[in-house]
Amino acid sequence: MAGYVARRVGQAVLALLGVSIVVFALIHLVPGDPVRTALGTRFDPDIYEALVARAGLDQPLVVQYVDWLARAIQGDLGVSFRTGQPVSTALVQRLPATAVLALGALLVGLVIALPVGIVSAVRQGKPIDYAANTFAQFGVSVPDFWYGILLILVFAQTLGWLPPSGYVSPLEDPVEALRRLTLPAVTAGVVSGAILTRFVRSSVLEAMNAEHVRLARAKGLPHRYVLRHHVLRNAWIPVVTIIGLQLGTLLGGIVVVEVLFAWNGIGRLALDAVVRRDYPVLQGAVLLIAGLFLLINLVVDLLYAKLDPRISVGTAATT
Amino acid sequence: MSEPLERPDTAHRPRWRETLSVLLKNRLAAVGLLALLGLVVVALLAGVLTRYGINEQDVANRFAAPSADHWFGTDELGRDIYSRVLMGSRVSLQVGAIAVGISLIAGTLLGLVSGYRGGWLDAILMRTMDVLFAFPVVLLAIALVAVFGPSLRNTMIAIGVVFTPIFARVVRGSVLSVRENLYIRAVRSLGASDLRIVLRHVLPNVAAPVIVQTSLSLAFAILLEAALSYLGVGVQPPEPAWGLMLSDAQRYMEQGWWLSVFPGLAIFVTVMAFNLVGDGLRDALDPQQRSIIESRGVGGDA
Repeated sequence: MAGYVARRVGQAVLALLGVSIVVFALIHLVPGDPVRTALGTRFDPDIYEALVARAGLDQPLVVQYVDWLARAIQGDLGVSFRTGQPVSTALVQRLPATAVLALGALLVGLVIALPVGIVSAVRQGKPIDYAANTFAQFGVSVPDFWYGILLILVFAQTLGWLPPSGYVSPLEDPVEALRRLTLPAVTAGVVSGAILTRFVRSSVLEAMNAEHVRLARAKGLPHRYVLRHHVLRNAWIPVVTIIGLQLGTLLGGIVVVEVLFAWNGIGRLALDAVVRRDYPVLQGAVLLIAGLFLLINLVVDLLYAKLDPRISVGTAATT
Repeated sequence: MSEPLERPDTAHRPRWRETLSVLLKNRLAAVGLLALLGLVVVALLAGVLTRYGINEQDVANRFAAPSADHWFGTDELGRDIYSRVLMGSRVSLQVGAIAVGISLIAGTLLGLVSGYRGGWLDAILMRTMDVLFAFPVVLLAIALVAVFGPSLRNTMIAIGVVFTPIFARVVRGSVLSVRENLYIRAVRSLGASDLRIVLRHVLPNVAAPVIVQTSLSLAFAILLEAALSYLGVGVQPPEPAWGLMLSDAQRYMEQGWWLSVFPGLAIFVTVMAFNLVGDGLRDALDPQQRSIIESRGVGGDA
């Protein structure tokens, strides 16, 4: 197990290093001079020189990368080309909103997927299974920003039950925060729910076909008992993995939902940075999200290995 | 050697006629295939099926509700939404086909080389793919478009790059499983070159998972293009991209439901069709699933 943990952590660090190279390269792939492009019509030689020096763009590439990485490790991701604010400050301000939305969406997804997936597997081939499959197919095919618009149209504009947009911190006003979170969390959560439903279903089906489960049935144990003690106990292990992966995906994938609901999260910050050609902010946002994504994957993998010892033993044996 | 050399070579290859017949027996997949055919016909004949130009403005008729004149109503500039949705199918299918084409070719090449060669080249290529995998898809696509500038062409390239690791992994996995087969070793011992082995004996055997992945990726590519266009970093106006139309619709939401309903429905139907066909293909090309479907004689992705 210790060897597996060390190897998996090593892989994650290597991937993070690769991510940092890609993120660093972003600013250098911009055709022309990124600072000049960012300043546009507001060009001022003094500001230009200061920004170039601050971003270290007058140094050789390798020196720039090493410097940038060393500063990034210490939490210094440079300053915004537009506002002059440190990028890390902007990220810290925006992260809670994204985290709240991602967790809210995951909760909605789980509330849908766990019962629907389990019932669908237990009643395989029955009408309820087809209904669940139809929902899953619907969820993965429907553009979230489309039904998000429809939800706003119905629940905010027509019925006036919920506010159409904006983020409020749960620490400031929990009730208002929940009201504002509902529509965006449902919008992002239905897609997650659809993906998770498929996994829960196939995971439960697989566990139901395991030999020890068939033996338990053959012994005449009650259906519910077998389901709870033999099937779900094994089925939830792969489900934990996919839940973790979904959280990572949600963190990076809710840009669209953040924009739709004017939600001041990291995704919206990244998109604004794109529009304003504020490359340090874009770099910081992408690095943070990709780093979190890697971290979540690592935790999920280690958790998986802990829950199912065959993983670490198996990989150790094959390498 | 008592084992025939030619039989296993074709054992995992998709048998086209059989695959199609299984696919058509799967009701949902058949519906998806029919919808796709319909979409292609609509995209090809869009010019004939529409009565108005996509940028033809009728300012006196802004935000007109659906009627006999304008089946899907008109938008904020009095443009006919029906015409724009129909012409939008060309944009979506084009982006889907070219973007997935890029990732299919690049990913298959990388996967073949990586899986067949193994060793340090495999390690480097796969670690590179891991790095690309570490980026959330939407964010990576946005970052790439941000660097190269938003346009139809760059959207296709960005989506192509983002999807490449998926194909590379799928192909590499399949190559690894066929590489050590007896017949491959036999062909090699007969003196066949690596290129010949890869093209004649390995590639056909990895076709099945690649085909399934292609169909599912087409669905996702169309969804991603719509999202990028909606965000303003994909296809640019005045192109009639469905995502762009939804972005406009959101701004004029209170003016009428038809602004958002029809372009969204178009994306949904297209993506659903590709997903249904993809699921159907997976069932048809996977013998275990195939027996389940055949024994039931019904569709569904069960």
